[in-house]
Amino acid sequence: MTTTAPVSDRPHRTATRSSVRAGRAGGQHRAGPLAHIVLGLAALASLFPLYWTLVAASTDSHAVVSSPPPMLPGGNLFENLTYVWHNAGGRGMGVALLNSTLVAGAVTVTTVTFSVLAGFAFAKLRFRGKKVMLGLVLSTLAVPAQLSVVPLFILTKNLGLGNHLGALILPVLVTAFGVFFMRQFLSQALPTELLEAARVDGANSLRVIWHVVFPVARPAMAVLGMLTFVQSWNDFLWPIIVMNGSTNPTVQVALAGLGTGWSTDWSVITAGALMGTLPLLLVFALFGRHIVGGITQGAIKG
Amino acid sequence: MASTTAPSRNGPAGRQDTPPPHAHPSGPSVWRSRLHRWDTKGTPYALVAPFFLVFAAFGLFPLLYTGWLSFHRVSLYNVDRAEWVGLRNYTDLFTGQVSHYFWNALLNTFTLGVLSTVPQLLMALGLAHLLNYRLRARGFLRTALLAPYATSVAAATLVFALIFSPEGGMANWFLGLFGAGPVHWEAGRWSSQFAISVIVTWRWTGYNALIYLAAMQAVPRELYEAAALDGASRWQQFLHVTVPALKPTILFTVIVSTIGATQLFGEPYLFGGQSGHQGGTDHQYETLGILMYDQGFHSSMLGRASAVAWIMFGVLLLIGLVNALITRRLRASQ
Repeated sequence: MTTTAPVSDRPHRTATRSSVRAGRAGGQHRAGPLAHIVLGLAALASLFPLYWTLVAASTDSHAVVSSPPPMLPGGNLFENLTYVWHNAGGRGMGVALLNSTLVAGAVTVTTVTFSVLAGFAFAKLRFRGKKVMLGLVLSTLAVPAQLSVVPLFILTKNLGLGNHLGALILPVLVTAFGVFFMRQFLSQALPTELLEAARVDGANSLRVIWHVVFPVARPAMAVLGMLTFVQSWNDFLWPIIVMNGSTNPTVQVALAGLGTGWSTDWSVITAGALMGTLPLLLVFALFGRHIVGGITQGAIKG
Repeated sequence: MASTTAPSRNGPAGRQDTPPPHAHPSGPSVWRSRLHRWDTKGTPYALVAPFFLVFAAFGLFPLLYTGWLSFHRVSLYNVDRAEWVGLRNYTDLFTGQVSHYFWNALLNTFTLGVLSTVPQLLMALGLAHLLNYRLRARGFLRTALLAPYATSVAAATLVFALIFSPEGGMANWFLGLFGAGPVHWEAGRWSSQFAISVIVTWRWTGYNALIYLAAMQAVPRELYEAAALDGASRWQQFLHVTVPALKPTILFTVIVSTIGATQLFGEPYLFGGQSGHQGGTDHQYETLGILMYDQGFHSSMLGRASAVAWIMFGVLLLIGLVNALITRRLRASQ
């Protein structure tokens, strides 16, 4: 059992080291009152529309567009949410929330898993054609989503996947960003000696991946997982094309239906916006600090 | 095979190179070394295979298929029948019956891109600079600035559409306080593009600020100390130490934001409500992304939509080329 100890120990050490780096700033000077005021105003501008969504969603269709606009929540929140829950997108926001959770969850699991595997290969293994392949991964980062929309539409229609949730999952099972993100993380965080030690001990690739790579990658997996979940949950163009008019929509498609319909009852629309955003804001409130760390970590190397 | 199952309970610690139980020269050891060779040779390919399979099916194949489709007439309602029309889809866009919409969309994509990218990145740079000071409530400020990132295009745009609504919208009420307005935000070319830019800016400024902040924290302290010794004010330090050190990061965010702006779709689509699919009642904020959607999925001209998509790709390649040139210049000058 002596050789397993460093396996579980190393990743912890590297994780704390990198989180210290991301967490503590090298700020030179103490900020004056002006800086606090400006940042406070910026924070207010960031948060106010969110707060106001709550206010608008708790009013009725008349109060929401009155002048001056309401600034405090009204008493209709429950009523509006109930209406949206039962009626948005044909079968209600409840179904849409479930669909989005299924899609984003599936995409997150596959993207994180496949990204770790490919990222590990690109970071630590030697094989023929590696450079060319990595170049291909990088070049796909620049291909716009619009380019694949028409063929994918035809493809999904021919596969009988029109209006099917699978059509939203298949094209994004793994992303170039995820592979690149994991490669960058693992090439630094995964000591080559550790891999060699495991090899000398006779572990095959499967075992090395399971017992060494995945434990080391865990903090980056959490970050990539959150980024992927947010991105998949918020994806718009492809869902609106393949699921438009569907009775089985995702949250974004249901919201678009509310917004582009004939009647504009803003208190209902904002109630939908609130309900569709709440799960993400919840994730954000719980893991916000990690997401902040993830963005700063991923970006500086991207 | 009993020998291989036993060590698995001990994890990687299990010994396999100790004498095998049956030491026949052509027995399991040959098998094992053969397996080992396959393992080291084949594993890397197995690991990257999922990405390349997905890429081939949903990245490369559509790319080529879109190009092929752009030379055909294809109806939304009969996708399997494609009729060869040569360059018709492209000439329609450049000089033909829909050329007015195309050039209008190209211009709008450019103006909306500038309106939403330039102020956004400048503000992000300033905010990051302030966040880099020692602050009270640092964690709260960072999280608050990033909160808009956690909202979707749909939710954010719908709320802002209410704020910019002509009847009882908050924006007009606010202008009214100063005796200005009311503005019919959706109707005007510049007012509507301004409103859409506000939505984009709101969602992405904090995100970019955090990217800049991370790069700023990597700037060596000594540079600031040396500059301070030379008598540089804080503003001069920002201009002459921070900004040059951030050049690669700034370039990175410019590229990412430009790519995002070129593909702008959800904001104009939802901002327009009923007329969103054509980018406003008078196409006043129709982007290339909207044009592609409108041509393909409203007018049922999938071939023409493919041509628009390929033109967008061309624009992005051009941006990439300019980017490469600038990067080379920057590197040469350093």
